[in-house]
Formats: sequence, C-alpha cells, structure tokens
Amino acid sequence: MYKPNSLTNSAAKITFASITMLLLAGCPFDDDDDNDTDVIEMPMPEPPAEYSYQIEVTNLTNGQPMSPVAVVLHGDEQLWQVGMSSTNALEILAEGGDNSSFTSQEQVLAAASGDDILMPGNSTTISITTTDEMANHISIATMLVNTNDAFSGLTGLDLSSMAVDSSFSRNIGTYDAGTEANTEASGTIPGPADGGTGYSDVRDDIDVVAMHAGVVTADDGLSSSVLNQAHRFDNPTIRLTITRTK
Amino acid sequence: MKKMNSIAKLTLLSTLSIGALASTAHAQDLEITVTNLTQGIYFTPLAVSAHTSEISMFTLGQAASPELQAMAEGGDISGLVSLLSNADADVAENPAAGLLAPANSTTFELTNSDGNDYLSLTAMMLPTNDGFVGLNSWMIPEEAGTYTAFLNAYDAGTEANNELVTEGSGAPGVLGIPAAPGGMAGTGGTGVTTEESNQTIHIHRGNLGDDNATGGLSDANNTVHRWLNPVAKITIVVK
Repeated sequence: MYKPNSLTNSAAKITFASITMLLLAGCPFDDDDDNDTDVIEMPMPEPPAEYSYQIEVTNLTNGQPMSPVAVVLHGDEQLWQVGMSSTNALEILAEGGDNSSFTSQEQVLAAASGDDILMPGNSTTISITTTDEMANHISIATMLVNTNDAFSGLTGLDLSSMAVDSSFSRNIGTYDAGTEANTEASGTIPGPADGGTGYSDVRDDIDVVAMHAGVVTADDGLSSSVLNQAHRFDNPTIRLTITRTK
Repeated sequence: MKKMNSIAKLTLLSTLSIGALASTAHAQDLEITVTNLTQGIYFTPLAVSAHTSEISMFTLGQAASPELQAMAEGGDISGLVSLLSNADADVAENPAAGLLAPANSTTFELTNSDGNDYLSLTAMMLPTNDGFVGLNSWMIPEEAGTYTAFLNAYDAGTEANNELVTEGSGAPGVLGIPAAPGGMAGTGGTGVTTEESNQTIHIHRGNLGDDNATGGLSDANNTVHRWLNPVAKITIVVK
C-alpha cells in the first residue's frame, strides 16, 4: 500500500539528520574537541522562568465603589505622571472605569483585571504571571466611580529585586486624571450615585494628571452636585499588598 | 496567647513596667513621641502597645472588635488594654494623661519584651462619632536610631457619622459625639446622616461640619473641626 506519510517522514528524518550534522560542525559549545556525544546529550533549553505576583487591593473609602482593578507589568516606565497629560487609555479608565484600553496599551507585557466592582471595605486578590524578564515593573489603577475622573493606583514600581515569597504593603492616594472637569453634575458620573456618562473624549479640565482634591458634594455647598457627604474621601483610598509567589 | 500572665495582671495599672518584668535579652527601650498634627481635633487617651505579629489592634477592611468600638465611640481604652495585656503585649496606657490637644505632643517610654516586635496605637478623635487615629503593627527596627511615621484618621465603621454632640453618646451603640473639647462646636443640628455605608474599619472621610452654630446638619464647625491625613506623627527612638 502506498503510504505518502512514510515518504514524508523519511524525508523529514533525512533533513533532521543533516541539520544535526550541520549543527555539530558549527557548534560553539563543542570546545573540548572530543566528539559528537557531548553535543547529542546537550540539555534542552530550560523552560523560561515564571514571575508570578499576587496583588491584594482593599477599598478604604466610605462611599466610593471602585472599577475592576487593572494590574499590568511592563518595563521601566511610568504609565502616568503628575504634570503630564493622561493617555487616552488612562482617561478611559479614570472617566468610565473601563480598563480594557489600559490593560492592552502598547507598553504592557502582561495584564490582569479584577473580576468586578470593588465595594468599600472589600478586598480582592489578583494574580499576574509572566515569563518576560523585561516585565519587572508594575502599574495598578482603579477608578473611584462616584467621581468625574478620580483614580487610585501606582505606576512604574520596580519589582526586579523582589524575592520569591516576599511581600510588602502600601497605602495609596488618589489622582485626578485632569481630563474631565470635577463638576459632580448630574449625568457626568458613571457610578451608582448618578448613573451618568463615563468616558467622553472631550477634555475640559487642566489636561494634566495631579493629585485629587476630594469631592465637594451637595451637603458641603456644591448645590449642583449629585454627590452627598457619604461620597467624600481622604487619602489613602486603597491599600495594596504585593506578594511575589514565583 | 490565652495564658494570662499573672505578673502582667498585677501590674496592669503600671503598665510601663510590664515590659521590664517580662524582658529578655532582646528587649528594647523605646522613647516615643506622639504629635497631634490637627488644628482642631483632640485625641482621647492613647493606647500604645508593642505586641507579636499574631495580634493587631485593628485591621482595615474588617469589622471593629467591641473593644475597638468602645475606644472609637467613647474613648474608653480599658477593653483594648485588657486584651493586649492578656496577650502579653507591652502597653502604655494613657501616656498623655488625658486629652492630647491639637498641635500638642506627648513623650513617654515603652520597653518591648522579646517577640513583641510590632508597635500599634489608637486614640479616639473628638469631635467625631467613631473616628480614631491609628498606627497598625509597625515593625520595630532592631537597629538603634530615630524613626518616624505619619498616622491616618480611621472610621471604625460602627456608628453613623451624624456629627451631633450628645451627652452620654460615648457608650457603644449610642448615636452621637460624646464631647467637643475646645468649644467651637454648635448645637441644634439635625444630623448629617443616619447611615454608615462602610461598616468595616476604613479611612475616615472627614467631618462635614457647617457654619450654623445653632442648627444646620452638623454640630461640628466646618472651619475648625476638619482635617486631612496625616493627623498624627509618631517618633520612635530605639535605644
């Protein structure tokens, strides 16, 4: 019976054998001028090392649910900076709580997201793994959803010297993306206090990132605000515990 | 942990000596200074302790213990001090001998015995419903030197922040602010809220206050009884 496969296989075998011979001839590791066995028994390359981290986030506010927490690994860079304009990806996260652009932006080498809204007093744990040695800096971001464009998080934290099983905690303050005026007006806040519009590509604020001054609220004299005293917050707004697990 | 140290029991009233009695080769002498950084908020008696990693005075995102609630709502630290002493912690009870006024400091000594490597502190903030200043399990360095930390204001999550000064409301579960030292508070407010949406220990959102001394929502004064974090500074000299 005609077996086309066996022909193919033999051809492949022959090709494989010649490649091996070529490798032998030019192998840079064959430096003891011994023979073929050294090379034939040369170990397969080890699988790339895995770097895994667990990030526990606690919402420390009284009345600010937080959008699904974005966790990304990348090289040595900042994904935002006080005094610099927000990226569109950050604007989309900070105005509407949608982290899909943030987690897929160009610099990102590995990404993970919390499953759901993180309510005040609650904690969530997010795992992230990479084999990319360059992915040794972390950024974390989440929107305070009862605001115009407030977010909490950190960016460009160097994890390269973290030992496996070590962990540390940080209290984190609140940024203003600077892309939407803090009107607190009806229709401008995506969280449950309003149910208004999240992201809009209009930039009607100072267009640089700064620390957030907090919300004013109607109870404190901003009569056009849909927010009340329960939505006020002070820093820190989240607590992070980062553990390297692998 | 459950074993009551009888020596500690006997010396509860002079808590500073507990550390000395229970001390081992690894005991450290600490000189601690606490500064109230606020402009118009008073701290009730401080409860300061060095303890093991097994216990903590409070945990963010967790409900307050009844003992922490008694401290945060009424400034009563006796329950916390008992808990800590029963856990063989070294305790400095009320080192400022009463209220620590705005912009004032107190300095005291604490010797931590072997294994009590974590320092914590709580004190109620007045006038608030259940606000407190806290240091949570700060690891005491082995190396001699001077260390500082800045402390935040927490909300125990056990009482709605109605911001009404009401006599007798320091008892756990009685709504209101028990006192407003320093005067400057109003009367006759109708109440800021009857709800506490986050019933775990969290960062305090601050007093709302108002500018109406005989009415309005709040009895707190919005030009006096506000703050931003940090509300206290602690300096620890490890000798």
